Amino acid sequence: MAEKEQTVSEVAAVGSESSQANGVGEATIASEIASEAKKTEQLEQPEKREPKRIEPQEQLVSKSVRSITFSVFSPKLIKQMASAKVVTPELYDKEGYPVDGGLMDIRLGVIDPGLKCKTCGSKLKECSGHFGYIELARPIIHIKFIDLILNLLKCSCRDCGRVLIPKNKIDKAKKDLENIERDLGIEERRRSVKDIITNLKTINKCPWCTVKQQKITLEKPTTVLENEKRVSPIEIRARLEKIPDEDLELFGVSPKNMRPEWGVLTILPIPPVTMRPSITLESGERSEDDLTHKLGDIVRINQRLFENINAGAPEIIIEDLWDLLQYHITTYFDNDVAQLPPARHRSGQPLKTLTERIKSKEGRIRHNLAGKRTNFSARTVISPDPMLSINEVGVPMEIAMKLTVPERVNTWNLAYLKQFVKNGPKKYPGSNYVIRPDGKKKKLTDETIEASLEELQPGYIVERQLLDGDIAIFNRQPSLHRMSMMCHRIRILPYRTLRLNPVVCHPYNADFDGDEMNLHIPQTEEARTEAEILMEVQTQLISPRYGLSVIGCIQDAISGLFTLTRDLEVDRTFAIDLLGATGMTEFNKLPRKEKITGREIASVLLPEDFNFTGKSKASLSKSTTQKERPIGTAVEIRNGKLISGVLDSSNLGEGSGLLLRTLHKKYGKEFTIDLLGKLFRLGIEVLLRVGFSVIISDTDLPENAQKSIKETLEKAELDVQELISLFHNNKLETFPGRTLRETLELRILEVLNKARNRTGEIVAEFASPNSPTMVMAESGARGNLLNLAQMAACVGQQAMRGKRIDKGYKGRTLSAFKKDDLSPSARGFIANGFKGGLNPAEFFFGGMTGRDSLMDTALRTPKSGYLYRRLANAMQDLKVEYDHTVRDAAKRIIQFTYGEDGKDVSKSENGILNVRRIIETMAEGKQ
Amino acid sequence: MAQETKLLPPKLAGEVLELVKGFSESKAKKVKEIVLQEYSHAQVEPGECVGIISAESIGEPGTQMTLNTFHFAGVAEMNVTMGLPRIIEILDGRSDISTPMMEIFLKNPYSKGKDIKEIALSIKETKLNEISDSFHIDIADKSIAIALNQEKMSELKVTQTMAINALKNGAKGYTLSQVKNGLLLKKKEKEENINVLYVDKEKFKQLHVSGVKGISQVLPVKRGEEYVIITSGTNLKDVFEMDFVDETRTMSNDVFEIAEVLGIEAARQAIINEVFKVIESQGLNVDIRHIMLVADTMCNLGLVKGITRYGVVSEKASVLARASFETPIRHIINAALIGEEDKLDSVVENVMINQPTPIGTGLPSLVVKVKE
Repeated sequence: MAEKEQTVSEVAAVGSESSQANGVGEATIASEIASEAKKTEQLEQPEKREPKRIEPQEQLVSKSVRSITFSVFSPKLIKQMASAKVVTPELYDKEGYPVDGGLMDIRLGVIDPGLKCKTCGSKLKECSGHFGYIELARPIIHIKFIDLILNLLKCSCRDCGRVLIPKNKIDKAKKDLENIERDLGIEERRRSVKDIITNLKTINKCPWCTVKQQKITLEKPTTVLENEKRVSPIEIRARLEKIPDEDLELFGVSPKNMRPEWGVLTILPIPPVTMRPSITLESGERSEDDLTHKLGDIVRINQRLFENINAGAPEIIIEDLWDLLQYHITTYFDNDVAQLPPARHRSGQPLKTLTERIKSKEGRIRHNLAGKRTNFSARTVISPDPMLSINEVGVPMEIAMKLTVPERVNTWNLAYLKQFVKNGPKKYPGSNYVIRPDGKKKKLTDETIEASLEELQPGYIVERQLLDGDIAIFNRQPSLHRMSMMCHRIRILPYRTLRLNPVVCHPYNADFDGDEMNLHIPQTEEARTEAEILMEVQTQLISPRYGLSVIGCIQDAISGLFTLTRDLEVDRTFAIDLLGATGMTEFNKLPRKEKITGREIASVLLPEDFNFTGKSKASLSKSTTQKERPIGTAVEIRNGKLISGVLDSSNLGEGSGLLLRTLHKKYGKEFTIDLLGKLFRLGIEVLLRVGFSVIISDTDLPENAQKSIKETLEKAELDVQELISLFHNNKLETFPGRTLRETLELRILEVLNKARNRTGEIVAEFASPNSPTMVMAESGARGNLLNLAQMAACVGQQAMRGKRIDKGYKGRTLSAFKKDDLSPSARGFIANGFKGGLNPAEFFFGGMTGRDSLMDTALRTPKSGYLYRRLANAMQDLKVEYDHTVRDAAKRIIQFTYGEDGKDVSKSENGILNVRRIIETMAEGKQ
Repeated sequence: MAQETKLLPPKLAGEVLELVKGFSESKAKKVKEIVLQEYSHAQVEPGECVGIISAESIGEPGTQMTLNTFHFAGVAEMNVTMGLPRIIEILDGRSDISTPMMEIFLKNPYSKGKDIKEIALSIKETKLNEISDSFHIDIADKSIAIALNQEKMSELKVTQTMAINALKNGAKGYTLSQVKNGLLLKKKEKEENINVLYVDKEKFKQLHVSGVKGISQVLPVKRGEEYVIITSGTNLKDVFEMDFVDETRTMSNDVFEIAEVLGIEAARQAIINEVFKVIESQGLNVDIRHIMLVADTMCNLGLVKGITRYGVVSEKASVLARASFETPIRHIINAALIGEEDKLDSVVENVMINQPTPIGTGLPSLVVKVKE
């Protein structure tokens, strides 16, 4: 075992540009064990160097990583890059100082403050650590390469090592592979390699030296058998060494990057201490990292194996130790191998070894590399404030005094910034840190203010506290679309919550039942500019999903505007009060009359040359009784005057109606946002002054209505009885493709639904249209007529999976019913309304469907989340190129023109370009 | 004059030409100019990350969709998987969908309702056990006796010869003879193991006797003026052979079958239609361009590939992009074996190493010389 070699993989991050700055980019970042953990290393590298890059000119990115190549560490390289050989499983001596040649050797890096790394002389946080190695007493198979090793053994000659393809066919096979890679990509090549391997497995005579091949099988996880006899890793390694480089290509292995014998370890790299730091507990005890534990086991067993071999111990003892070492090294790489019991802590919890560090959601890749943590952010509970502008966010003073914006001192702003420094961290508006041109960051405290003030001069950076008008990115999770992160202007407010205008609740999907949101302060000029231009609320007004406004009036604002524009008529002073509440100061546009109608008030806000025709919610409704009412007339705006119709959710609500879209098109985003804010404030002011509250008598119905509801339900009950008796007498006509029973169920459902809808119509007919509940339903602010009918008249059929309820006891739903009772009440029809009260059975049925829908939501969220993740991952690199084709990262064309017409949805009107409107606007222009 | 309309997409151009009819020439020209201007203003900007936008546009409403499959209560319609499960099924690129279905349009005399019941019945697949009362095994004789139900046979328009033909093809190794009210199958070879008989019995039960293979239910429905046959189970290829079928409009909801029978372009359109149908039925508003992009990503390679780690994602050029999705270890090891190079030209890799991503504002690379 003189020259020990071994497997590991290596990442070379190739810095592209020539050498400048000071050593920021390293040509090769060699890293750690088995193809994986390298990532850790790589991330740490720049971090560790941070303190060095402090001079201003060094902040310029002078180098960028152009590509990363993956390959496997050769044993030689492992030895070369190692700075220490580990020989003892001991960690610390009696004084608690790391033992030389132990796993915490300070040549491998330092994790204690005060110590200096023996290899590079740097202190904690400066030294990113160095690899060590151990020599294994006997070769050990690397679990991650076992499949490859097995395939190679099966497909190469056991004697001469050549691949089991005749001489004349080898070149052709190679060429085929090359062509496949060129034409169809690397994945397709992998697939054909797999095919080659399956074909070769059956050959039992070497075409090169005519030696008969033996049957090779794998006893999972790592034992290779030949004719049921065990092949030792030493033998395996010898055979793999014999396979010539030129044959390896056929197995999908590139000999430059990986020799198969490197898959049998003779030397094991020890990762730097810095990637497995120990934690000092409160009791002063040290708790080592899982990896250190595992490495300790490996080193201990390895030493024992050495001793036993040297002492000439019996073969059986050596074999046992060898197997144990194999187990430890296997679990060191992957502690989740199917046939092995996972290595555990003393507490019984499985160790988190290399593979577990990398994979899955909490692993390195998804948790630390694809997703990162940030500074300069805040999070707290949100609450509404309609008096804020839509693109503002209210920030509590406590947060404003913690978060900072860096501002560079120059001769013009020196005096201005001095004031911030003078105020210090405790007096608003102050500053928390001053950064010198050499990069030294100085915290401002009562003691240091004076000195900092003195030395402040152009070139310094002052991290000043937030001011009104600063830019911030506001976010609520889950961030499902780009409108979940928008840029707002800061407004410092008293109290302790983040405040936002309720109009922007919809894009964030926020409410105020305890929701929390995050705030981020961009720190560079580029970031701020980009946020301002691309992410500010007004730029996100039109959704790229459907080309309509994602924000609109909600709840009270809609009820208010509906009440206002429907039939309100007020005194002039009152009208001015209302408009004043929106923030207006000019009332010239208000008609000079004593009595002013609500429509005239709303018209004041509209621009004078605005024309619009649209439909109101009632006019879209199917029921004729709705259409006949005055609120059912079309919304007509001529020259900025609301002539007829009401403003309701179908024109002001989010994601519906073209009113906001048209405004946006004609007057631009700033104007639309401003108008929306004003309309919102007008709406809630109306309710505030008129009064609006829901009472239970809203659901009261006159006696004759109650009577006809009762009759309807009784009639339905009779109809169902009739159907059931038809069914029992086999006289029911079946629907094609259905059984008799299914037909009955469908017919019953039909009858009952009709009855329920009829009760709904009765309620709609008789309920007072002026009751607040009806106003909310008709304006679309909250709830609908169905909800009202459920309260006032009849809840209706409770359905599970599209069928009436039939679960529970044999042949019946509840023990209160007779067996095989098919009547409505026994199968989940709730004939009472919520106000009238449900009987126990009905209540139970309601509970059943309630639970069912709860389950539905609980199951749906992860499913749709996964679908979303897959979609996002598959399509994240698709972009529109300068030639207007849509291509992926490999520049493959996905679409020749985006969406077949190249139109950006967020620049369209609900996905279309409205020619009719263009002609109409032209006609207006002419007049 | 025609210049403007040539630059517009055909549908929009058609609409413009339709609407300017009766306008004076100068006015029509003006309209066209404005439309063209607005059209060019509404173009996507280069660098726009349309992929992410599409993913968001489909992923976000996904949270609002119902999970339950629902039935169209009261109306006689087939029961189809809808909602989120259906979308997942389509985008997964699953070849065995849970409710395969066809909508068969008919040629003229039949579409008006001529012989509609007979036609429908001729499409439906009849299996042997549907026309038989019992399958009886005689262990001593090593034979299977099949009792045919004449009533059902006439109901399903099946003759005895059809059953015999089916068995002749399906029951190799048996001698067939007709007996009273049924058929008798006798095993030719002396088989010791009688289990074979039981296995064969179950096999014979599923033997195809008449109709189109795979069609388990048929339902003639009147759609507006014409009759359409809705089936559960699909078999486009065989249905297209029938001369009363209008093969230009007949559709299946099985994307894989469409790809096989009609080609990849048709499959792409089928994906778009099916996804759009589900989203629409849920009352959600998603622009069709987003669905188109998803369909195009899935069909880009000429095969229908699902949005899974085995499908579209495995085709990515970047190792790190694949590794950041699922099974990172496998991808990294495989990459190391052949010394794969990651060119860092997509999004995640650059996020990983804290570099600007080559998308949107990260796309332009300008070098500006600043005066000292």
